[in-house]
Amino acid sequence: MAGIVGTLATAAIACAALALAGYAAPNWLVLVATLAFSKGLVALGIVALMRGGLVSFGQGTFYCAGAYAAGMAMRSLGIGDATVLVALGAIAGLILGVIIAPLLAGYRGIFFATLTLALSMIVYGILNKTYSLGGSDGLNLHAPTFFGYHPPRSQDASYALFLFTSLVTVVAAALCRIHFDSVRGLLSLAARDNEIRVEYLGASVRWVNGINFVIAAVLGGVGGALSALSLGHIDPDFAFWATSGEFVFLAILSGYVSVTAVFVAAILLELVRSFSSQYFPNTWQGALGVFLLLIILFLPGGLGSLALRLRPSGAKPVQASADKSE
Amino acid sequence: MKLRGFAAALAAGAGVLGAFATGAAAQDDNVFRLAFVAFLSGPAAESFGKPAVQGAKTVIDALNAGSLPKPYDKIGFGGLKIEVQLIDEAGGATKQVEELRNAFERDHVDAVLGYVSSGDCLAVSPAAEELKKLLVLFDCGTPRIFEENKFKYVFRTAAHGAMDNVAMARYLVKRGIKVPDVGAINQDYAWGQDSWKDFKGSLAQLEPEAKAKVELWPKFGAGQYGTEISTLLQENPALVYSSLWGGDLQAFVLQAAPRGLMKDRVVVLSASDHVLPPLGNKMPDGVIIGARGSNGQFAEKSPINDWYVTALAAAHPGLIPVQPHYRAAQGLLGLKTAVEKAMAANGGKKPTSEEMAAAMVGIEWDAPPGHIKLALGDGHQAIQSNAAGRSKWDPDAKMVRLIDIERFAAECVNPPPGIKSVDWIAQGFPGAKCE
Amino acid sequence: MPRTSVKLAAAILIDGVIDASWLFIVAVGLTLVFGVLNILNFAHGSLFAVGAYAAASAVGWYYGGDLGPPFLGYLLMLGSALAVALILGPLLERGVLRFFYRRDEVVLVLVTYALFLILEDATKLIWGVESYYASEPYGLLGNVSFFGLSYVGYDFALIGLALVAGLLLWFGLNRTVTGKIVLAVIHDRDISRAMGVNVTRVFAFAFTLGVFLAALGGAFTAPKISVQPGIGITVILLSFAVVVIGGLGSVEGAAIAALFVGFARAAAIHLVPWAELFIVYLVMALVLAFRPEGLFQRTAARKI
Repeated sequence: MAGIVGTLATAAIACAALALAGYAAPNWLVLVATLAFSKGLVALGIVALMRGGLVSFGQGTFYCAGAYAAGMAMRSLGIGDATVLVALGAIAGLILGVIIAPLLAGYRGIFFATLTLALSMIVYGILNKTYSLGGSDGLNLHAPTFFGYHPPRSQDASYALFLFTSLVTVVAAALCRIHFDSVRGLLSLAARDNEIRVEYLGASVRWVNGINFVIAAVLGGVGGALSALSLGHIDPDFAFWATSGEFVFLAILSGYVSVTAVFVAAILLELVRSFSSQYFPNTWQGALGVFLLLIILFLPGGLGSLALRLRPSGAKPVQASADKSE
Repeated sequence: MKLRGFAAALAAGAGVLGAFATGAAAQDDNVFRLAFVAFLSGPAAESFGKPAVQGAKTVIDALNAGSLPKPYDKIGFGGLKIEVQLIDEAGGATKQVEELRNAFERDHVDAVLGYVSSGDCLAVSPAAEELKKLLVLFDCGTPRIFEENKFKYVFRTAAHGAMDNVAMARYLVKRGIKVPDVGAINQDYAWGQDSWKDFKGSLAQLEPEAKAKVELWPKFGAGQYGTEISTLLQENPALVYSSLWGGDLQAFVLQAAPRGLMKDRVVVLSASDHVLPPLGNKMPDGVIIGARGSNGQFAEKSPINDWYVTALAAAHPGLIPVQPHYRAAQGLLGLKTAVEKAMAANGGKKPTSEEMAAAMVGIEWDAPPGHIKLALGDGHQAIQSNAAGRSKWDPDAKMVRLIDIERFAAECVNPPPGIKSVDWIAQGFPGAKCE
Repeated sequence: MPRTSVKLAAAILIDGVIDASWLFIVAVGLTLVFGVLNILNFAHGSLFAVGAYAAASAVGWYYGGDLGPPFLGYLLMLGSALAVALILGPLLERGVLRFFYRRDEVVLVLVTYALFLILEDATKLIWGVESYYASEPYGLLGNVSFFGLSYVGYDFALIGLALVAGLLLWFGLNRTVTGKIVLAVIHDRDISRAMGVNVTRVFAFAFTLGVFLAALGGAFTAPKISVQPGIGITVILLSFAVVVIGGLGSVEGAAIAALFVGFARAAAIHLVPWAELFIVYLVMALVLAFRPEGLFQRTAARKI
């Protein structure tokens, strides 16, 4: 493993590359990328959980919490600074995550998935009926500022938000990569493989899963706040099961080996969705379905496995098998 | 994470972006590019999406052929042929914001006309405003768009939902229908919640003795109403109100009618004219029907309405026009009026978004549902007349006719400028001009 | 005047049972497919919709042409569900799903989600976005009155259908040789294979049966509704909730869970209507809090 230095170097290069790409790219692409990164962050949280063997179908809860935290802070407290709003989103995710993690840490497999789903749908129901938070119509937000910088034109606002989102994304991705390569992160992989052996060897699987859950919650909150700022609109659909499902699909699509793959997959998915909508307005769903099937068929380890194949031969990292042992 | 692997991933990503970044259409000064957004899939497709597209296509084809009556006889918009691009509204508000931005920034459309769902309307309006591009909302019901925001580039060419229920309450009064209690069944989301609140509030002003006895809130899309019907039957209110629409309303009627819920009591379905053609004689007689405006059979005779009915019949034989057809037409004609007004002011050139937005403020025009005026929201929100009637199956014509029609002037059932709908209803409709 | 508690209790009971029967018919296919193939079939709702469309088309053709005795319409609905199963079952299982059997459970959910997307648009391409009705069969069984409430006879017939389907499934699984082989595969795929069971054939059979049950639910729901795009989407979530509460893979569990949810919904609507939106998830959360694997947990060998 290249270690922390390698990861940080990669992060710095990524920042620069994204800044350049965002400057050169057309405006619509910049928004697509911004939203893709926000969703990718939430999916990254699910990847963190997946490394421990858990799949959460309820990340919408934290996505929604982050979005509404940012939204309500902007509307009720008048806070307009993007950094503060995203930090509030992260804190909202953190608080909720810390509360919920102990309740759910005992569950596994499909039952963990369904409990998280039930939770997110309850949040959806509550928000739907809360008129003061806009009910099912949701609330509108105005454009955020960046340390006092008020973007004058729409293109500047998009680019500023893209830069900000990219920065947050790269930082989060780097931190995750460092965590994944750390002892605790590698323990997740071991727990995914065989929990009993891990416990026998003296580590606590509960702790591992709990920490992964809180990481996912924080990432969900950050992603939610960023989405809220990009869209200028929050509504209870952020907690709907289909939204949570979308993040899970993104996580599965990218696999849990490569952190970069999550964001490449996110952008790819947004682009495919957008172009299906443009060229097949009547059958874009089917087009998306076919695309998903092809990816799953030809890339069994997710998009991240593409990166694996480019690795210098010989060094094979620790990777628990994605296939069922038959 | 190996550097090479990362670089490869980045290259792949850039390659993908590069490949897709082409395909943007160039600006063209000889056509007017319009994006039309409605539900092409999902639950609202059958009831609101497809009819809206049918109506829009009929009007656009006729506009491009110059075959409308005066004052709409210019080809397209002021001589510019209209190129329309359809966008599916299904997929959630997030997707709609992305699609709106793609339409304006990637596909260089000149204006977007659309949106049936209130949530989508609320989500896309700030995006269009930020892009400083013209957005015309044609269907959604929530009053919030202009009551809680100020927009320069966003307009709504149809009246919002408050008037539906004020009209329903006034219909009861006009027809001398007095009831001791009311039962309600509405979908549990903003449309259902707002509709019931408006109706309940209006009734409290106009018939204070009527008490709300039972309020049921099925989930949107539930489709199974057996228990709700049992509850309503047992509670036995004298009036049953519902803002259900589309497939849910059809399922409700199919399940309620055989059990006698719609007999021996007043049934008010506030936005239901669109289910009459598919249901046909499965809709019982005597149900009080609303169409969210003087749409379909409620439309009064006028040259533009006569033209529209004929044009629709020619393009779709056997079609019975309902509210979405009418709202699509009124939206297009309103947009045409604004564009041509802007072109008259700028010497006949294709207008910019600023010019169109400035020209559209406060306009009035004649459309199939009658006279439309952008009187609210600082000249951005339309008001129009409304009507209500009763259902009656006509076995010879094989369609449900609307009888016992009562009409309400625009200023009677829409709030005046400067006051929110909820407050206007709660204060007893100050400033309402009913005869 | 408030309703008497006897009338109220009776209404909740009857409405609960009617709702429960509908929930059971609609959900049991999902639990069976999970039990045998370990696949959470996201496309279940779309198969329900296809069943509804097929039945509506068949019924429309039959009654429209006045082609025979009215009660034969029910057989036609059954037949259309069977046709859907025989066409789509093998097509989807052999044609798509079998390439993914060696993969993780979660990947299969993604596959079935992709299938759901494809089926939604395929359905739209075949049948368009108009409404279809199959309402003649709904009125054929007249009305029944209980405690002053009028019910449609058809809804009670659905209770009968649910009972018959449930009993046939239980009997088929537990008392026939084929059924016991299926149970063996549910219990342990590898050992069954080692004992000479053609697991591939069992998968194909079980999936087709699951498609049949989904289509059956759709076919027999069609007379009560307007068949149009979107009817499958609510069904997915409801079936999922029922199946999870009952325990994935358990037919008895699905039955008990359907009763739980049916009564909970009926009670909520009659007594606390504003809670209708959440009641299903509340029940799900409560049951899972005490029995995380659902009411009837599958015994599974633990691999150390």
